[in-house]
Amino acid sequence: MPKSIATRRLINKVFIVCSTLAFLVALVPLLSILYETLYKGFDALNFDFFTQMTPPIGGPGGGIINAIQGSLIMVAIASLIGIPIGLFAGAYLYEYPGRVANNCRLIAEVLTGVPSIVTGIVVYVVIVATFHSFSAFAGGIALSFMMIPIVAISTHESLKLVPNSIKEGGLALGVSRPKTLLYILVSTAKSGIVTGIALSVARIMGETAPLLFTALGNQFMMNSIFGPAESMTVLIYEYGTAPYQSAHVFAWGAALILLLLVLGLNIVVRIASRLKPVTPI
Amino acid sequence: MTSSSIAGWQPTASVTIVGAGATFPQPLIQKWTVTYNQLYPQVTISYSGIGSGGGIQQITAKVVDFGASDAPLSNTQWAAAPGLVFFPETLGGVAVTYNLAAYGIPSTTVLHFTSSVIAQIYMGTILKWNDPQLVALNPNVTLPDAHITAVHRSDGSGTTFAFTNFLSVTDPNWAAQVGYATSVTWPVDTAPGAAGVGGKGNPGVAGAVANTNGAIGYVDLIYALSNNLGVGAVENAAGNFVQPNLQTILYAAQNATGTPNPKDLRLHIVNAAGPQSYPISTYTYILTYQDMSNDPNISLPMAQAMAHFFWWAVHDGQQYAPGLYYVPLPANVVSADEQLLLTLNYQGTPLLSSS
Amino acid sequence: MQTQLEKNRARQRARHPDFLRTALIVLVFALPIIGILYLYSLINGSLDSIQAFGFGFLVSSKWIPNPPNGGPPILGALPAIYGSVVTTTIALLFAIPISLGIALFQSDLAPRKLRLPSIFLVELLAAVPSVVYGLWGILFLVPFMSNSVDPWLLGSLGFLPIFSGYANGLGMLTAGVILAIMIIPYGSAVMREVVTAVPRAQREACIALGGTRWETMRMAVIPYASTGIIAAVVLAMGRAIGETMAVTMVIGNVARITPSLFLPAETIPSVIANEFTEVAGNGIYLAALFELGLILFAVAFIMNLIGRLLITRLAFHGKVASDA
Repeated sequence: MPKSIATRRLINKVFIVCSTLAFLVALVPLLSILYETLYKGFDALNFDFFTQMTPPIGGPGGGIINAIQGSLIMVAIASLIGIPIGLFAGAYLYEYPGRVANNCRLIAEVLTGVPSIVTGIVVYVVIVATFHSFSAFAGGIALSFMMIPIVAISTHESLKLVPNSIKEGGLALGVSRPKTLLYILVSTAKSGIVTGIALSVARIMGETAPLLFTALGNQFMMNSIFGPAESMTVLIYEYGTAPYQSAHVFAWGAALILLLLVLGLNIVVRIASRLKPVTPI
Repeated sequence: MTSSSIAGWQPTASVTIVGAGATFPQPLIQKWTVTYNQLYPQVTISYSGIGSGGGIQQITAKVVDFGASDAPLSNTQWAAAPGLVFFPETLGGVAVTYNLAAYGIPSTTVLHFTSSVIAQIYMGTILKWNDPQLVALNPNVTLPDAHITAVHRSDGSGTTFAFTNFLSVTDPNWAAQVGYATSVTWPVDTAPGAAGVGGKGNPGVAGAVANTNGAIGYVDLIYALSNNLGVGAVENAAGNFVQPNLQTILYAAQNATGTPNPKDLRLHIVNAAGPQSYPISTYTYILTYQDMSNDPNISLPMAQAMAHFFWWAVHDGQQYAPGLYYVPLPANVVSADEQLLLTLNYQGTPLLSSS
Repeated sequence: MQTQLEKNRARQRARHPDFLRTALIVLVFALPIIGILYLYSLINGSLDSIQAFGFGFLVSSKWIPNPPNGGPPILGALPAIYGSVVTTTIALLFAIPISLGIALFQSDLAPRKLRLPSIFLVELLAAVPSVVYGLWGILFLVPFMSNSVDPWLLGSLGFLPIFSGYANGLGMLTAGVILAIMIIPYGSAVMREVVTAVPRAQREACIALGGTRWETMRMAVIPYASTGIIAAVVLAMGRAIGETMAVTMVIGNVARITPSLFLPAETIPSVIANEFTEVAGNGIYLAALFELGLILFAVAFIMNLIGRLLITRLAFHGKVASDA
C-alpha cells in the first residue's frame, strides 16, 4: 500500500533532521576536546613551562622545554629526509607512468595504512638495536617512514591536477623534460604540493607510538641527535596516565601547544590553498 | 675509604649517559641525575622509567648505558649478559594502596590486609570490599558493598616481582597457581565477576587507582603517599599489621639482609622476621657492566662519570632518599657496594682509584 | 630491423640520457625498500614464535610470559585479537551511520554556504593527535562514562551479557566510543566523495519522478554509491584496528576475553605498546610480540587493499555509467 504524501514528507523531514544531527554529534567531541584542552592547558602555561626542563617524576616545578626541543628536532629530521624523497618519488610517479610507477604507487598507499606502532618496532630493530642506542635520529627515521608515502602520493596528485596544456606548452617551446618538470609543473602545482607537505608535517607532529621505542625520553635537553629525546606526544602519554595532578596539568599544557600547532597548521594551509587556487596560464 | 677521596674528581669531557629501568626508584634516581648535573654540569645523565623488565632487557642488549631493576637478575638472565654486575642503590616498600574516598573512607584510614586476603583479591575469589574476611580484619571501618578493581602492572615490573614474591612465600595457593616474576598471569583478569586493570609503570598503577573508585593496587610507597591514596597495613611474619614507612622498611632490611656478598648482591628481604618489619620491602638494583668497554657506545670519560655517579649515589645521594620515602642503605650494604664499585673498570683499568 | 625513426630516437637517447629518470627512480625505490624492510623485520622477528606456537597462536587465549614452574612462555593472541575485533565493531556501529549522515549532509543537504565549513570542521577531527584523544579520554571521557553513561546502561540494559558486570570506565566500551570518534572523519570523507560522484542525472531522475530528498538518497544515490560506501567502511576498519595510543590509555590493559563491554581488555596495538620494551632477553616472548605486529600489519594491509580495490572498481564503473 503506497505511503501518503504526508507520510513521505514526514520521513523526509526525519531524515534531514537525523543527517544534520549526525553532523552536530560529530562536532560535540571536537568542541569538548578543544574546550577541555584550552581550559585545563591554559593553567599550565607560564614562563617556566617554556624554559624549564621536565622535573623528576612527581616533582614540583619544571617545564617542558626538552619535550618541545625533542619534538621539533625529530620532526625536522623526518622532514629533511621525508620531504625530498617523497617529492621526488611523487615526481617520478607522475613523469614516468608505467609498471614501476603503478606498483610503487600501490606500495605507497599501503604504507600510509601501516599502524604507527608497527613502524616503531621495526625501526627499533633496524636502528636502535643495531646501533645500540635510543636516539632522536631513530625517532626521526620512524617518522620519515610515515611521511614519505604521504608526501609522495600528495605530490603525485598535485602534479596530476596541472592541466596537460601547460606541460605540452613547455615541451613545445623546447624546454627539456627536467626543466619543464622543475620550473613549470612544480611551480604551477606549488600550492597543492606545499599543502600536502604541511599536512604530513602536522600528522607526524602528533605521532606517539613510533617514538616510544626509538627516542625513549630525556630528562634534559639533548645535545646530540644520536641520544634519546623527550617529545611532547610521549610526555602527554606518560603524564596523562600518571597520578600526579601536577603531571596532568603539564599534559594538558603540552596538549594545548600540540593542538595549536597541528590545528593551526591545518587551518593555515586550508585557508592559503583556497586563496591561491591552481590556475592555468 | 670514604667518598671524600673520590670527591676531587672532575669529569674530563662533557658526557651524556642514558639509563633506563624500574619505575620503583625513578623519583630518587631522577632526583640524583638532576642534582649530579648541578654538581658536575658536564655530566648529563638521563633516566627513563620503562619497568624493571625493560631495564634488564635494554642493558643486556647494550642499548642503554645502565639499567635498573627491583627484580634481582635470575641466573638465566645473568648468564645471558656476561660481564653484567649489579648493586642495590636504595630500598623501599611496596605499598598496598586503595581508593575508597567515594565511599566515605578517606586515605588516612588504614585498612588491614593479610597476604591470604590480598592473594584472594588478585585471584578473583574476593570480589567486594565488604567480603566477610575483609570486614573481620577491619572491624572499625564500614566497608562498602562495592566491587574491588584490582590494579596490576601491564609491563614487566620489579614491583610486581616483590609483590608476587611476598604472596608466593606466604600463600602456597598463590605459589602454585601464579608464582612470582616480573610479569605474571593474574587470575583476577579472567575470573568471573572480577575485574583487573593493567597500568604501565608505577605511575600507571597509581593513576588507575586514583581514577577508579574501589580500586586496590601495589606501588612503591611514594606513589601512594604523594597522591593521597590509602596505604594498607600488611600482616608480617610476626603476625603484626605493619604500614610501610622508613622505620618499618629499615627493620626488614636489618633483619633479613644478612652479609651482602659483593660478587652476588641479590638480597631478599621480603617477609622479613622482626615484630615491626614491613613484609613487602625490597632492594632495587642498578645494572652495569663490570668492564664498561663491553658496551661499544661507552667511552672512557663516560665510564669514569658513570662510576663516580654510582659512588656518589650510594654515599652522598643517600641523603635525598628519606625525603622521597626511600630508606638510606644500611652501612654493611654500602660497604659491599663499595667493594663492587671498586671493581668497575674500563679495559682492565679501574675507574675508581683508591688514592 | 629498426626503422629510421627508431634509430633516430635511439641516437637521441644515447646523446641525451635521461638523467632525470635515473635520479628519480632511485628515490622512488625508497617506497618498496621501506615496504620490504617492514616485511622482513616482521617476518624475521616472528619466526621463533611461529615455530613455537604455530597456528595455535591465533586461537590460544593463554598469555603467560613467565609460567610459575619456570618453563618456556605460553602465549596466545586471542585476547588481543578479541579486544581489537570488539572495539572496532563498537566503533563501526557508531561511526558508520554517523559518517553516512554527515556525508549526505555535506554533499546534498547542507546550504551552499555551510558546505565547505562543515567539511573543514569534520576534517579537524582527523587532525587531532591520537594521544590528545587519549588524554581527553582518560581524564574526561572515562569519568563521564563511569559516572553517567555506564550506570544508566547497567540499570536499563544490565540483563544483556554485553552490559553485565560492573563499570569503572576503563574498558572496551569507552575504547570503542573513542575509536568511533576518531574514524568518523575518514569514513565520512570517503563516503562524501563517492556520494558526490553519483551523477546528477540519477538524482534529477528521481526528483523528476516526484521523490523526496530522502527517497532520492535511498533509491538513487546510496545504491549507486554502495560500493564506495562499503569501501569507506573497510578503510575506516583498517584505521581503527591500527589505532594505538587513544585505545591503550582507556582500555584497561588486561588479557581478557569477556562478553561484557564494561570490562577492561586489550587490543593488539596496546599489548605491543605495553610490553615491547621489556621482553627481557626472552626470545620467544619478543618473537610473539613481533608476530602480533605481523598480524596487525597483515590485517591493516588487507583492509587497505580491499578498500582501495573497491574504490577503483567504483571509479571504473562510474566512468562507464556516466559515458552511457
